[in-house]
Amino acid sequence: MNREEILKDIQGRFKGDIIDFFDKSPKRVYIEIKPESLVKIASFVFKDLGARFNIASGVDTRFHMEILYHFTIEEINLLISLRVKLFKPNLEVDSLSGVFEGANWIEREIHELLGINFKGHPDLRRLLLSDDWPEGVYPLRCDYQEWDKDAVRDRGV
Amino acid sequence: MSRRTIVPIGPYHPLQEEPEFFTLTVEGEKVVDIDVQVGYNHRGIEKLSELKTFDQSTFVIERICGICSTSHPFAYVRAVEDIIPVEVPERAKYIRTIIAEGERIHSHLLWLGLAGHFLGYNTVYMWAWKLREEILDVMEILSGNRNNYAMFKPGGVRRDIKREDIPGVIKKIDSIVPTLTMLKKAVMDDPVLHARIEGIGVLTKEESINYCALGPTSRASGVARDARKDSPYGAYDKVKWDMIVTKNGDVYDKVIVRILEKLESVKIMKQCLLNLPDTEIDLNIKDIPPGEGIGHIEAPRGETFHYVRSDGTNRPVRHKVRAPTFMNLPTYKATVVGETLSDATIILAAIDPCYCCTERIAVRNTKGRKLYNGEDLIKLSQAKTDKIRNKLSLR
Repeated sequence: MNREEILKDIQGRFKGDIIDFFDKSPKRVYIEIKPESLVKIASFVFKDLGARFNIASGVDTRFHMEILYHFTIEEINLLISLRVKLFKPNLEVDSLSGVFEGANWIEREIHELLGINFKGHPDLRRLLLSDDWPEGVYPLRCDYQEWDKDAVRDRGV
Repeated sequence: MSRRTIVPIGPYHPLQEEPEFFTLTVEGEKVVDIDVQVGYNHRGIEKLSELKTFDQSTFVIERICGICSTSHPFAYVRAVEDIIPVEVPERAKYIRTIIAEGERIHSHLLWLGLAGHFLGYNTVYMWAWKLREEILDVMEILSGNRNNYAMFKPGGVRRDIKREDIPGVIKKIDSIVPTLTMLKKAVMDDPVLHARIEGIGVLTKEESINYCALGPTSRASGVARDARKDSPYGAYDKVKWDMIVTKNGDVYDKVIVRILEKLESVKIMKQCLLNLPDTEIDLNIKDIPPGEGIGHIEAPRGETFHYVRSDGTNRPVRHKVRAPTFMNLPTYKATVVGETLSDATIILAAIDPCYCCTERIAVRNTKGRKLYNGEDLIKLSQAKTDKIRNKLSLR
């Protein structure tokens, strides 16, 4: 299948699940989808289209949280980014680690840094933050504030 | 009957000399479970990058990793160029390719040396690291630095390659080929090495796809993935080279992929140097419009992935960095379990891990302890020298 056929196929198959379809350039496509249909579309892209999962990236935009799941279809040199928007206080989305193992670590990372809960993740322990980091403080959120009054700031930076 | 023992390795790896913590659960000699704990080396680079301008970020990103110091800026500048979007001049593309390939050669040599060292085969270690000096000299001629080349900027490169330097560089690159070939033979023909690393730590094709493994780790398992071929950037689609793919997925194949890749890199470097086009090297980009961009390139360890979002100001609002080890590290679960403890070290080393790249987020908490900066450390060191001096003069 070539690029146009694949994109048409996705659009036709998931008509009710796609909110926005942005064909940015020959190599990049951004598809905004409903959070509840993430697993369905991601499995289709990963398993049926044979795409490789690059990574997910979480963004706090002050108004809502966004997670972008980046997939590459190598045969046609196309990078598909599935965009999921989450609104406070309902920061929950289904975990993809059941579909492929590669999503395991990045979901742990997004969980601790942005405070998004991944339903069905087998092991949401901390990945990067230290054990004495307090619960409910998320360093990559926009409203993050220094919580440790004794912390010594680096003079060199 | 089956008594389980926990063998901790870390938090400072005795051989790889990087901070990570493996908890191996063993039954007798056999490893039955493994848990990897990272996060000892946070520097907050993603957050830091949001506080710098687009041009300054390039230098911060360069310091994510000392070994693959080109791959991160390369992916970052491509992400910024993807926001606009813009194509860089031809000459800049070639220069970028040359630098990236030089880095691949020295990184693979470094790993090969370390792998030999882990196995107690120190001859390979000495040969590989001696050879690495040659390629570092080449990099110094081309960029002015042995490492952290600072060649990249959004829109082009910062430094041109001089015409009169090229013959000398080509001569130097040619001179390392016989030694590389010798090293290849030394590894491929050595019966001891075959016996030691063949068939251990197998990552099957299905597991490689499931774990989304990258770079040489996936190519050794027969998954033909290489960002240089799949989504060509730089000058990779203009030169002739082959992707190295092997089938077995064991440690031996991972070694072979890396050794053969070095020879391909030499080929790419030479072709680029000989066909360097005569154009500008920089576009002088002034403004970055609002939007988002993705840059992914093939680093020595696999694909490096950068996602940058701009809101029209001179700073990125979000910068996501994904180093290849982040995806390769979890494959330990598939490769180490079931092997013996003595093989664990080399299996863990076989993905060419680079923990410092993997851990780049988070805000530091020092909890009231004193932080030393460079000056303090120099003072401490001077005080210690004085102490020793006094002690000696007293005698």
